[in-house]
Amino acid sequence: MAAEAQFAALPVSITVNGVKHDALVEPRTLLVYFLREHLNLTGTHVGCDTSQCGACTVHLNGRAVKSCTVLAVQANGAEVKTIEGLADGDNFHPVQEGFREKHGLQCGYCTPGMIMTAVHLLETNPNPNDDEIKHALEGNLCRCTGYVNIVESIKWAAAKMKGGAK
Amino acid sequence: MFPANFGYVAARSVEDALQLMAKHGEDGKLLAGGHSLIPAMKLRLQSPQTLIDLGTVPGLRGVSIDGNSLVIGALTVHADVASSELVRKHVPALAEAAAMIGDVQVRNRGTIGGSVAHADPAADLPVVLTSLNASFVAQSVSGKRAIGVDDFFTDFYTTALNANEILTEIRVPIPAAGTGTAYVKLPHPASGYVVVSAAAVITRQASGTCTASRIAIGGLGSGPIRAIATELGLQGKPLTTQTIAAAAAKAAEETDPVEDSYAGAEYKRDVATVYARKAIEAAVERAKN
Repeated sequence: MAAEAQFAALPVSITVNGVKHDALVEPRTLLVYFLREHLNLTGTHVGCDTSQCGACTVHLNGRAVKSCTVLAVQANGAEVKTIEGLADGDNFHPVQEGFREKHGLQCGYCTPGMIMTAVHLLETNPNPNDDEIKHALEGNLCRCTGYVNIVESIKWAAAKMKGGAK
Repeated sequence: MFPANFGYVAARSVEDALQLMAKHGEDGKLLAGGHSLIPAMKLRLQSPQTLIDLGTVPGLRGVSIDGNSLVIGALTVHADVASSELVRKHVPALAEAAAMIGDVQVRNRGTIGGSVAHADPAADLPVVLTSLNASFVAQSVSGKRAIGVDDFFTDFYTTALNANEILTEIRVPIPAAGTGTAYVKLPHPASGYVVVSAAAVITRQASGTCTASRIAIGGLGSGPIRAIATELGLQGKPLTTQTIAAAAAKAAEETDPVEDSYAGAEYKRDVATVYARKAIEAAVERAKN
């Protein structure tokens, strides 16, 4: 009984893509599994599960983080944004559009994490050069090695965002 | 991959966390950003019964000035250390080192206090903080004490912090006028961790003479190593290319690096002399401005 009480699920309140979710989670639940298995938001992927590949990147209070290395209880009270929260209705975010226009994906597995990292980059540095883009993507691995077009996609998005609305 | 089951308590204050530590004893573990601890728990290298979260404690984040010191809250994330105007102005080497840790996402979660308390021998911050002669404020129920950096990193993954203490802030003396600081590293190409790194703090008179120096090397031992012979090779001497090269050549003296699959001991010692020179040269350039 003692062990069960000790490890009992705890209440959390986490706002994901603007919607507040109240849930009970085991303390050991990782944020990425909370998103995927509790909320069925499976756009965020689990790649290496060891905080290296970046496939699980989401925004936590506006910053790109690896959700395989954050406990759901640590996100209690926080705002989370996932790939599902980027588009505005039917309108893709410019970075999503860029990945489509510039063929920034091959198998697509790393894409949600790449896009979330790129959005964070462009929010902090709207006009990055190639080196800055590559540096910002250091924590995101593409096993298809499609990096050239990923960088092109982000440059396309930066240009689009500077140009304002269509 | 999941960690083994554990209980979780969000601390409300440092005092609250100290009480929770007393209550849980060896079964409890402090959680900061979790970017060393959570991976270790997922690999079951660590299986604490209870995590005491400091992330919910207000007042442990941010950079400020207190007298002649820069004060960095233990829960300040690497990205905020790297971008802090105060850090960049007074101790650019620390901003440089913080910006080299892991990747963007890791720097957005990992904390300075968590990193130094973890004391990974391949970490960046212990090295640069050694060169900067930082001190570490540890709080327990009986009060606070400051631990000097030369006494802080005692062994692999081991510090002078006691089990009943919480690291609350890192204090970095603001260098005197005419001082330059720099940090350089040879990262492992896959992990980004330190193979060898070097940090230098050099005070230079207008005449070009070195009046004070602290040089620290990472990657050669269980923690950062002061390159005393290099420091002595600079102090009181003109900071010429020749003096710097001769002093840097002594940077790996009396060290016995651990060999690993990427780098042998001789290679690490050799790289240390090269990186010591690079760090000193960069610090001297900054000291001129």
